[in-house]
Amino acid sequence: MSANQTHGHAAAHDHHDDHGPAKGIMRWLTTTNHKDIGTMYLIFSLIMFFIGGSMALVIRAELFMPGMQLVDPGFFNTMTTVHALIMVFGAVMPATVGLANWMIPLQVGAPDMALPRMNNFSFWLLVAAFSLLILSLFMPGGGPAAGWTLYPPLVLQTGDAFPLAIFAIHLAGASSIMGAINIIVTIMNLRAPGMTLLKMPLFTWTWLITAYLLIAVMPVFAGAVTMLLTDHFFGTTFFAAAGGGDPVLYQHIFWFFGHPEVYIMILPAFGIVSEIIPTFSRKRLFGYDAMVYATASIAFLSFIVWAHHMFTVGMPLAGTMFFMLSTMLIAVPTGVKVFNWTATMWKGSLTFEPPMLFALAFLFLFTIGGFSGLMMAIAPVDFQYHDTYFIVAHFHYVLVPGAVFAIMAAVYYWLPKWTGYMYDMKLANWHFWTSTVFVNLLFFPQHFLGLAGMPRRIPDYSTQFADWNMVSSIGAFGFGLSQLIFVWVIIKCAKGGTKASDHVWEGAYNHGLEWTVPSPAPYHTFDEAPVVK
Amino acid sequence: MVKQAFGAISATALAALWSAPAAAAWTLNLREGVTELSREIYGLHMLILWICVVIAVAVFGVMIYSIATFRKSKGAVPADFDHNTKAEIIWTVIPVLILVAMAVPAARTLVKIEDTRGAELTVKVTGYQWKWQYDYVDDGVAFFSTLSSASNEARQLDSGVDVHQVENYLLDVDNPMVVPVNTKVRVLVTAADVIHNWWVPDFGMKKDAIPGYINELWFRADTVGTYRGQCAELCGRDHGFMPVVVKVVEQAEYDTWLAGQKAARQAAATPAAQTAAAAAPTTNANETTTTVLVANAE
Repeated sequence: MSANQTHGHAAAHDHHDDHGPAKGIMRWLTTTNHKDIGTMYLIFSLIMFFIGGSMALVIRAELFMPGMQLVDPGFFNTMTTVHALIMVFGAVMPATVGLANWMIPLQVGAPDMALPRMNNFSFWLLVAAFSLLILSLFMPGGGPAAGWTLYPPLVLQTGDAFPLAIFAIHLAGASSIMGAINIIVTIMNLRAPGMTLLKMPLFTWTWLITAYLLIAVMPVFAGAVTMLLTDHFFGTTFFAAAGGGDPVLYQHIFWFFGHPEVYIMILPAFGIVSEIIPTFSRKRLFGYDAMVYATASIAFLSFIVWAHHMFTVGMPLAGTMFFMLSTMLIAVPTGVKVFNWTATMWKGSLTFEPPMLFALAFLFLFTIGGFSGLMMAIAPVDFQYHDTYFIVAHFHYVLVPGAVFAIMAAVYYWLPKWTGYMYDMKLANWHFWTSTVFVNLLFFPQHFLGLAGMPRRIPDYSTQFADWNMVSSIGAFGFGLSQLIFVWVIIKCAKGGTKASDHVWEGAYNHGLEWTVPSPAPYHTFDEAPVVK
Repeated sequence: MVKQAFGAISATALAALWSAPAAAAWTLNLREGVTELSREIYGLHMLILWICVVIAVAVFGVMIYSIATFRKSKGAVPADFDHNTKAEIIWTVIPVLILVAMAVPAARTLVKIEDTRGAELTVKVTGYQWKWQYDYVDDGVAFFSTLSSASNEARQLDSGVDVHQVENYLLDVDNPMVVPVNTKVRVLVTAADVIHNWWVPDFGMKKDAIPGYINELWFRADTVGTYRGQCAELCGRDHGFMPVVVKVVEQAEYDTWLAGQKAARQAAATPAAQTAAAAAPTTNANETTTTVLVANAE
C-alpha cells in the first residue's frame, strides 16, 4: 500500500484562477512561478544528464577494448572534459536547484520564492551557458579538452572553444549565485509563522547551507577562469612560470572552489535522503539537531581540505600533513549522518517504494564512496591512487549512486505531488534494479583498474587492463539504457494515472508542509501563511 | 550492416573476455613494489582497507538487519525515539580514535617519503608533450625517452594491429631510464610545456612535473628488473602515450651503460661542434632546452 487515501486534511489554499499560468510558450519564457521554474530546471537537468551521459558512453565505447577504434585521442579528451562540465554544472546542480525551487517554498510555507523575476533569469542564463558550452564543441581546434579542472598551462592550448567555455562557466556561475541568493532570502524571510529554523525539514536545511557554500565559492571560480582568460588574450602571466606566475596557484584557487563544490552537489542529496528514510520508516529522523550540525561541520571543513586534490603537486611536508589530517576529519560528521540514517530505520516500520529503494542504495553505495575517500585522504597512499581509475571510481560512487540516486529518489518521492498522479511502480522498480546492478558493474571494477595502475583520462591502455575495462563498459551501456525507463515513468505519470492523495505516502504525515497541500500542488500555494505549531 | 558490425564486435569482445585469464589479468589490488617506501605504502593501503572492511561489515550489517527485520509487511510497529545521546557520543568518539590510529603510521611514512637527503644518484626528469627527458646531471648524460615504435604504430586509429600481440603495449619506450640497484636515487621532476606527472607504481612514487618547478622524489629499488609506469597528469592529446620505463640493473651493468652513453654523446658532439662552427643555430637541441629550463626553474 503505497498511496495514502486519507482525505480531509484541511490545507489553506484558495484557487486564484485569474492568476493562473499564461498560455503557450510565453508561460515558460516569462514565468515567475517557483513550480514552473522548478519544472524547467528539472527537465533541463534531465536533458543535460542524457547529453553528458552520451559523452560518457563515447568514452566507455572507446575504452571497451585496448587499441584505438572509434575516436581521436584529442576528441576523447574533449569528451572527458565536457562530460564532467555538463554533469556537474548542467545535470546535478540544476537538478537540486529545481528540487529546491519546487520544494523549499512548499516546505517552509512560502507563497513563492522571494525573488521570482531573478529566479526566471537564473534559469534562462543556464540555458545560455550550456548552449555556449555545447557550441564550443564545434569550434576550430575542437572543444575544451584540458579536463573539467581546466589546469593551465594545458588549458591555454585550447583553440577557439576557449572563450566560449570560459563564458559558459561565467554564466552558469552567475546563475548559481542568483539561485543561491534566492534560496537564502526565501528561507530567511518567507517561512510560515512558527516554522523556526530548527523545525525546517532537512532538505531545506541542507539547501540553506549549500546556498552559502555557493555564494562563497562561485566567485572564486569566476576569478580563476577570468585570470585564465586574461592569461590567454591579454598577456598577463598569472599562471605562467615564464612570466613570474605560478601554475600551481591556479590549482589552489580552483580546488578552494572545487572542494566545496563537491559538497554543493552532495549536501542537498543528504537532505533528500533525510526526508525519505523517516517517511518510509514511519519514524522521526534520528538526531535531527545532530544532522543539522553535521551538515554545517561538513560545510565548514570543506573550506580547509582543498589541497588533498593536489597531494602530488609537491607541497611542503607541513602542508601535506595538514591537508591529510583535516581531510580525515570529514569522516566524523559524515559518519554521524550515516549512523543517524541507520538509527532512523532501527525499530521502524519499513516499506520499500521506489524512493526508499533509491535512498537505501544511496546509503550503501555512498558509504562505499566514503570509504575510498578516506583511503585517499591518507597522503602517502594517495601517491599511488592519485589520478588513477581509483579516484574515478571514488567520485563516481559519491556522485552517481550518491547524488544522482538521491535526485532520482527525490523525483520518485515528490512526482505524485507535482503531477497529482501515482506513477507506474512496477516500471520504477525496474528502473531501480537495473540502475543499481549496472552502476556497480560500471564503477566497482574501476577501483581494481586504478589499483592495478591505470591512469585516468587516457583513451587507450595496456592490455593488462583489458578485462575490467570491458566489464565497466558493459555496465555503462546497461546503466545508460536503464535511464530510458526513468523518462518513460515520468512521461507516463505526467499524462495521467491513479489519483494521488494529498499525503501521497502513508508515512508522510508530519514530514513537511508539502504534504498538506493538494496533489497536484495548485499553481499558487500558501496565499495565506499556514501556522506551524 | 550495422547489425553485422555489432555482431563482429561482440564476438571479438567475447573472445577477448574468455581468453583473458590466459593473460593473467583481472588484477584486483595494489602492487607491493620493489622499494622500502612502496612496501610501506602497500602496508598502509592494506591496513586502511581492512579497517574500512571491518567498519563496512558492522555498518552494513546493522542496515541489512534493519531492512530485514523492521518491515511493515512483518507487522513491525514503529518505535517512538528520535535521539540517544549515549549512542551519538559513542559513534562520534570511536571514529575519531580510529582516525588517530590511521594518522600515526601515515604521518610516519609521509616524513620518510619527503626525506630526499643522502641521495647517491640524481636524475632530472623533464616532461614534454609527449615524451620524457632524462638528465643524469652529475654525469653529463641526457636523452629523450618516447613510446616504442611498435606501440606507436599499433595505437593509431584503426591501425589493424592486434594490440595483444604487441609486447608491453603502450608501456614500452625507445630509451629507458637506467639506475643501479640498491642505490638511493633522487629524481628531480619538472616540465617544459604543460604539467605532466612522473609515476612508477613499483616505486610507490608519483610527482607532478610542473613548468617552473623542480619537484623531488626518491626511491631505492632493491630488485633488478624493468619497471613500467605512465604519465599521470592530463597533458594533451597524447597523454596516454608517454610511458615511463625504468631499468634497475646491477652496479657493474650500470657503469657499463653510463660509459656507453658518455662515449655516444662524445661521438655525437664532435661532428656537432664542427657543424656548429659553420652554422651557429644548430646546437644540440637537448642542451638548449635544458638550459632554458633551468633558467625557468629559478
